[in-house]
Amino acid sequence: MTAETTSPVQPPETLERVVIRFAGDSGDGMQLVGDRFTDVSAAFGNDLATLPNYPAEIRAPAGTIAGVSSFQVHIAGRDIVTPGDAPNLLVAMNPAALKANIGDLIPGGAIIANTDAFEPRNLEKAGYLGNPLEDGSLSSYRLYAIPMTTLTLEAAKDTGAKPRDAERSKNFFALGLIAWMYTRPLESILAWIDERFAKNKIVHDANLAAFKAGYHFGETAEIFEHAYAVPAAKLEPGRYRNITGNVATAYGLIAAAQQAKLPLFLASYPITPASDILHELSKHKKFGVRTVQAEDEIAAAGMAIGASYAGHLGVTTTSGPGVDLKSESMGLAVSIELPMLLIDVQRGGPSTGLPTKTEQADLMLAMYGRHGEAPMPIVAAYSPSNCFDAVIEGARIALKYQTPVMILTDGYLANGSEPWRYPTSAELPDISVPFQTETNGEHPDGTPRYLPYLRDPETLARPWAIPGTPGLMHRVGGIEKQDVTGNVNYEPANHELMMHLRADKIAGIAADIPLVEVDDPSGEAELLVLGWGSTWGAIQAAARRVREGGAKVAHAHLMHLNPFPSNLGDVLRRYPKVLVPEMNLGQLSRLVRAEYLVDAQSLTKVQGLPFRAAELEAKMLEMING
Amino acid sequence: MAEPVTLSRKDFSSDQEVRWCPGCGDYSVLTAVQLLLPEMGLRPENQVFVSGIGCSSRFPYYMNTYGVHSIHGRAPAFATGIATARPDLDVWVITGDGDSLSIGGNHTIHALRRNVNLTILMFNNQIYGLTKGQYSPTSEVGKVTKSTPFGSVDHPFNPISVALGVEASFVARTHDMDRKHMMETFRRAHDHQGAAFVEIYQNCNVFNDGAFDGIVAKDQRAEMLINLRHGEPIVFGDEGQHGVIIEDGEARIVEVASVGLDRIAVHDEHRVDPSFAFALSRLSWGPVMPTPIGIFRDVERPVYEHEVARQLAAAQESGVADLDALLGAGNTWDVV
Ligand code: SF4
Repeated sequence: MTAETTSPVQPPETLERVVIRFAGDSGDGMQLVGDRFTDVSAAFGNDLATLPNYPAEIRAPAGTIAGVSSFQVHIAGRDIVTPGDAPNLLVAMNPAALKANIGDLIPGGAIIANTDAFEPRNLEKAGYLGNPLEDGSLSSYRLYAIPMTTLTLEAAKDTGAKPRDAERSKNFFALGLIAWMYTRPLESILAWIDERFAKNKIVHDANLAAFKAGYHFGETAEIFEHAYAVPAAKLEPGRYRNITGNVATAYGLIAAAQQAKLPLFLASYPITPASDILHELSKHKKFGVRTVQAEDEIAAAGMAIGASYAGHLGVTTTSGPGVDLKSESMGLAVSIELPMLLIDVQRGGPSTGLPTKTEQADLMLAMYGRHGEAPMPIVAAYSPSNCFDAVIEGARIALKYQTPVMILTDGYLANGSEPWRYPTSAELPDISVPFQTETNGEHPDGTPRYLPYLRDPETLARPWAIPGTPGLMHRVGGIEKQDVTGNVNYEPANHELMMHLRADKIAGIAADIPLVEVDDPSGEAELLVLGWGSTWGAIQAAARRVREGGAKVAHAHLMHLNPFPSNLGDVLRRYPKVLVPEMNLGQLSRLVRAEYLVDAQSLTKVQGLPFRAAELEAKMLEMING
Repeated sequence: MAEPVTLSRKDFSSDQEVRWCPGCGDYSVLTAVQLLLPEMGLRPENQVFVSGIGCSSRFPYYMNTYGVHSIHGRAPAFATGIATARPDLDVWVITGDGDSLSIGGNHTIHALRRNVNLTILMFNNQIYGLTKGQYSPTSEVGKVTKSTPFGSVDHPFNPISVALGVEASFVARTHDMDRKHMMETFRRAHDHQGAAFVEIYQNCNVFNDGAFDGIVAKDQRAEMLINLRHGEPIVFGDEGQHGVIIEDGEARIVEVASVGLDRIAVHDEHRVDPSFAFALSRLSWGPVMPTPIGIFRDVERPVYEHEVARQLAAAQESGVADLDALLGAGNTWDVV
């Protein structure tokens, strides 16, 4: 199978961008198809962004709307920043997938449906009275009704696969068909099938046969006028790979530890959508990474702090419910002033909430979710690949200021992917800090002693002396400590001093982080959109559209949420109108209103899904014109 | 190389004033540990004492070693982090009955299950002292306390049974009235590779005074303490006239004369199956009946942090860690 022999007769039509959504039952393998299509498109040189969406249940009832799993991918010949608002093409493997997703399709968009799955039982489960493929209700779309199951069984009949098993290869039929439609190079998919199914010849052969059948079907069935080409994007020169947020987080931790010259220690308890970070890091023992699957979230935090006390880069990863449980431990880490990272891959809350859906509702939790005054620096990633940088920046702050740091990502970043111009290790900053190895004070009689709370006058960080160091034995604990000596101390004035020192240390980091940059090409915008975290892409896309329409808008995006960049107040006051879009009920907007007394307007969305550029564009225009 | 310096108790005592109530059993445990460490030739900089919350958990502040006074119940978790990161250190966990068996029960059983190389000293005074006298998970049924004015209806844990039930590789009991026995037990616990669980009967003379008098008072010991000695028949009493037999998996106290010494169980710390030790732990329901002390169990089992280190070493032997290679693995492409 080569590109030559399989080129369509008609030349392909070139598109600048296309949004495809693969949708099916949870068991239909849609995430796999989406991943493969993404991978081949990335390698081909498209810019892209993805949005997986799947149920929390491992086996949600088959055929129902609740059981629908989908994967949206936006590929383009130019620089893009979101997975796209509305698909141009919907692949629907069953009636429920059609029903759950049809509302998002662009008017006149294309549907490829697996007709075999549109039988009475499935139609009923999806809540259809008739068969939408036949009753004309889809006449405003381009409908391609294809018996994918039948064609897959036919293709796989000589592979030795039993029909029940062969049927499961139908996702590869769909992948083959879409690969033809968008003239994808096949080599990497074929190589992947060979490698992935090397151990099971029958499954390998059935999947390969189904994939080829899908590809050839597109070419020969004459139901498609022609294929489409989406040319490679002109991205910034460099070497690229595709990456998801969770893998970028894991790699960021390995890189941070290397740049800190410390061993990496991760303790974590399985939780959606953060577990993949634990999975990924567990593979990399070669880098000296120790991973412990703890007995619970609390233990994971405690182990990470213990490892930091012992001189490792201690990290714990979790999602919202786990942050709740770790709160008391984080208070201790604030009090004993040790460097460690808590990574919160945010998901829909409260309580169990929406485990597999995205949200940004843990900002207040990160800011204030500990008893007493217990400030923690907060760094938030804004795109999947930016998780790598956010983690290194968080580690830099943790080490330099000897403090626990909260890193916020979310489900959308964690599972979404994008091309990444990855750095070389030579480009990464050195974030190492020396351990204390000598005494730093004297007893009244002149004998040397170690003062564990004698602070660096500039950073206010305390020294980091690790066990095993002769002469520096000392005790740390959660009881209030005397300034300088670290001895247990309950005196009123000392407590007040220590409260201020801990607060001042974190506030002082503002002088050591980049100023917030404003994207305001005309310099004349009246509206500033202030965002944080994963809304970056959607805000960028919306701002572009607004500007293409001739209006002016400025965008500033925060990676540091505690402390804020030192120029944020000035930036906010420069613009008469400020909009803060967030996937929560207005947490950042409340913080900036309280901090800077500006009339920041809040735009919120809490549907477990990211903003669409169109939603933001509409609000921006409303405020610009209002 | 410098000559090895002989250290003394003073080298292991911090400059902090000890603040337990006068007469508290915690003092004698502190003394035993401070005497033992120099005797064993250990270096203070290599010792880390990790505690939770409670009276006994103030212990690290009084040791001139490294120490973490952590949060309630979580000491085994902090200690697991330290030990896994740094197998070169001696990590001690100081905890109480409420700390280790109530709020921190989960961490205790998992540290024992994993067999992390920790020496866990569990001060059991059968009461909450620091919060001024509520019943604990080891308090006897019927106990009248501030929170149980009509008597506790909670069934208590037998800490030794709990530890054996989760297959702890070293399980022992000692008491605060016998420094020599404490030191010998702590020494064995420290030398054991893996998690060592030591229950210490500790008198809280303010909120539960005399809880163990019935067995540890000098005039009671002969009749009420069953000293477990490896390889010897389990007998007690002034003349060794009482003994323990094990029948149908159950331990019973008998008169040696009536059954013959041959039928008396011979103590074996190293039995892989914990059932024998478990049967011994069931002899006494709280300190009102003849109660075994000493080492119930001491078996070898893979040590958690050693296994972690072994996997790391194997991975590091099989190839160099190259961050650039990691970032550039899989499909990459160049944009020019
Ligand atoms: S309350 Fe009891 S256990 Fe606590 S210090 Fe006083 S005597 Fe000791």
